[in-house]
Amino acid sequence: MLKINDLHVQLEEEGKQILKGVDLEVEAGKVHAIMGPNGSGKSTLSYVLSGRDGYEVTGGAATLDGADLLEMEPEERAAAGLFLAFQYPVEIPGVGNMTFLRTAVNAQRKARGQDEISAADFLKDIRAKAKDLKIDADMLKRPVNVGFSGGEKKRNEILQMAMLEPKMCILDETDSGLDVDAMKLVAEGVNALRSEGRGFLVITHYQRLLDHIKPDVVHIMADGKIVKTGGPELALEVENNGYADILAEVA
Amino acid sequence: MANPAPKTNATDARLAAIAKPDAAAWSHSARDAAAKRVVDMQLPERRDEYWKYTRPDTLVQPDAPHAALFHNDEGPLFDEMDRLKVVFVDGVFDPDASDDLEMAGVRIDRLAEPADIHWAADLYGSLEADGHYVPRPLAALNTAYASDGVLIHVTGKAEKPINFIYLHQDETSDAILHHLIKLDADAEMTLLETGPAAARFNKCMEVDVADGATFHHVRAQGRDHERRAVTHSFARLGKESTFKSFTLTVNGRLTRNECVITLTGDDAIAHVAGACVGDGDFHHDDTVFVTHDAVGCESRQVFKKVLRNGAVGVFQGKILVKEGAQKTDGYQISQSLLLDDDSQFLAKPELEIYADDVACSHGSTSGAIDEEALFYLRSRGVPESEATDLLTLAFLAEAVEEIEDEALRDALVDRLQGWLERHRG
Repeated sequence: MLKINDLHVQLEEEGKQILKGVDLEVEAGKVHAIMGPNGSGKSTLSYVLSGRDGYEVTGGAATLDGADLLEMEPEERAAAGLFLAFQYPVEIPGVGNMTFLRTAVNAQRKARGQDEISAADFLKDIRAKAKDLKIDADMLKRPVNVGFSGGEKKRNEILQMAMLEPKMCILDETDSGLDVDAMKLVAEGVNALRSEGRGFLVITHYQRLLDHIKPDVVHIMADGKIVKTGGPELALEVENNGYADILAEVA
Repeated sequence: MANPAPKTNATDARLAAIAKPDAAAWSHSARDAAAKRVVDMQLPERRDEYWKYTRPDTLVQPDAPHAALFHNDEGPLFDEMDRLKVVFVDGVFDPDASDDLEMAGVRIDRLAEPADIHWAADLYGSLEADGHYVPRPLAALNTAYASDGVLIHVTGKAEKPINFIYLHQDETSDAILHHLIKLDADAEMTLLETGPAAARFNKCMEVDVADGATFHHVRAQGRDHERRAVTHSFARLGKESTFKSFTLTVNGRLTRNECVITLTGDDAIAHVAGACVGDGDFHHDDTVFVTHDAVGCESRQVFKKVLRNGAVGVFQGKILVKEGAQKTDGYQISQSLLLDDDSQFLAKPELEIYADDVACSHGSTSGAIDEEALFYLRSRGVPESEATDLLTLAFLAEAVEEIEDEALRDALVDRLQGWLERHRG
């Protein structure tokens, strides 16, 4: 589904190389996790895939079901089925959460040549999905993420994911800033979306999120590259021994 | 050496050219006094401090500059609402297009009619005359020479909104209208004003809000690109009364909207707000002066401007808290969203406070579209242009939300949305 080949990326302004040849393939129905120390390039990878400004691809390729992601505008990537759950969801004063979601759902439908969803169907859908994530009516009415707690923001990301039904979901440190209960709630939301046709790339510092969202494959990223790939046991190894051993081993 | 030719005085030139209306006898003394104020103050010039950011010359010159007519394909605003229509074409009352000027809870007359109207004789020009902490000679000019206007005496709860509809059908029309609105104690009314009015429009409105009365005002100044306007709203607020005014300005080469409010009764509330959107040859000036002269009053000034392609926005806003006006709650915000590097926003917020137990806050900012928010929206599939519009409307929201009535608010948001779609980068 998501194929990344030898991806090289540098910061546009500083010219600093961040990704130095990333190779990765996420198959439909699978959950891949990327772990790694600070500054290894994990978040950069998620931003580059979603089309954020400020990064320059200097080599390599990234495709979603064969379509060249790097050539697309951010909104085209979203319509193609890519979703990034932000590490720091953005607050947008003046735009109601509900309006935002409906605009997004309809924009994607339009881009795919589908009719707009009716107001009634949309309401029914969002109410059911919000309830599962313990998001109340007030949070739906309030401006996007404004005044939300850390946990509320992350749940709101998962709600967006549930409404937009992307085929490839990237979760960028979704566990950061969450207490155990909030993390469980978010993980349940993600697990409910796991399906045969959908791929996940879960970026995290810590193994604890992976207790709740069980990965099929774990990658270790360091200095802009995937340095080791294994099963769920690799995450436990990191948890027990830190990154130092693994990095020493591959050096 | 020959003496240089005497400099032509702009005020004299204007007064020589102005049409002297055949005014009702009851207004003569007020008009004469106003004419004297004009001569004493002289019409504004570029070097006047209060006109530092807005060139007054085209508002002062003897003839109205030419303004091409504009075909508005959006249809009349508030058309589906139940309202009493009072129509002026280039400043001339149109009885055929207007409704009968009769409605429960109000008495409506026209300035141009000869009838003797006692309450109007007392009010006409009085709030204007009291409003010259800073000289407002174009308002005095209006009082002296207004050709017509609407006199509304609100005695109870007005049955429905009154809508002044201003049509512009003559490319060189120069209209001067002066309205009076007097609300008795606990009376209530909503005034709507829509349309471009004239090539050049000088409008003055004096609103006397008695104890416990409520006045709502929603205005949309028409889409004509070349029109010019200078408007003054003077309001005096009694105890526990409410005055709320909102103005939407889309297009227009030059607009100066002055609002002068005096809170004279305790616990009165005054909100004045505006949203304007300009693209290219657009200059919009909001000049506001709120005086707190009673205890426990609340005032809000909320002005938002969206500017692109060299459009210019100006805000001069003052809160004056007089001695003894304790427990004043004053708020003032003026913000611009500059959609490119060519546009300009000039702001002069002022506070002058002579009481020691007050809460006054003010803020003024200029900014661009928030790139983080834009990317967030796009990453959810919203195309860039649509996302920009959404964020622009969000920027305007604080001002637009000052309109209490949802139907009125929605109608104006629709117009704003239409403008944004037509003026995408």
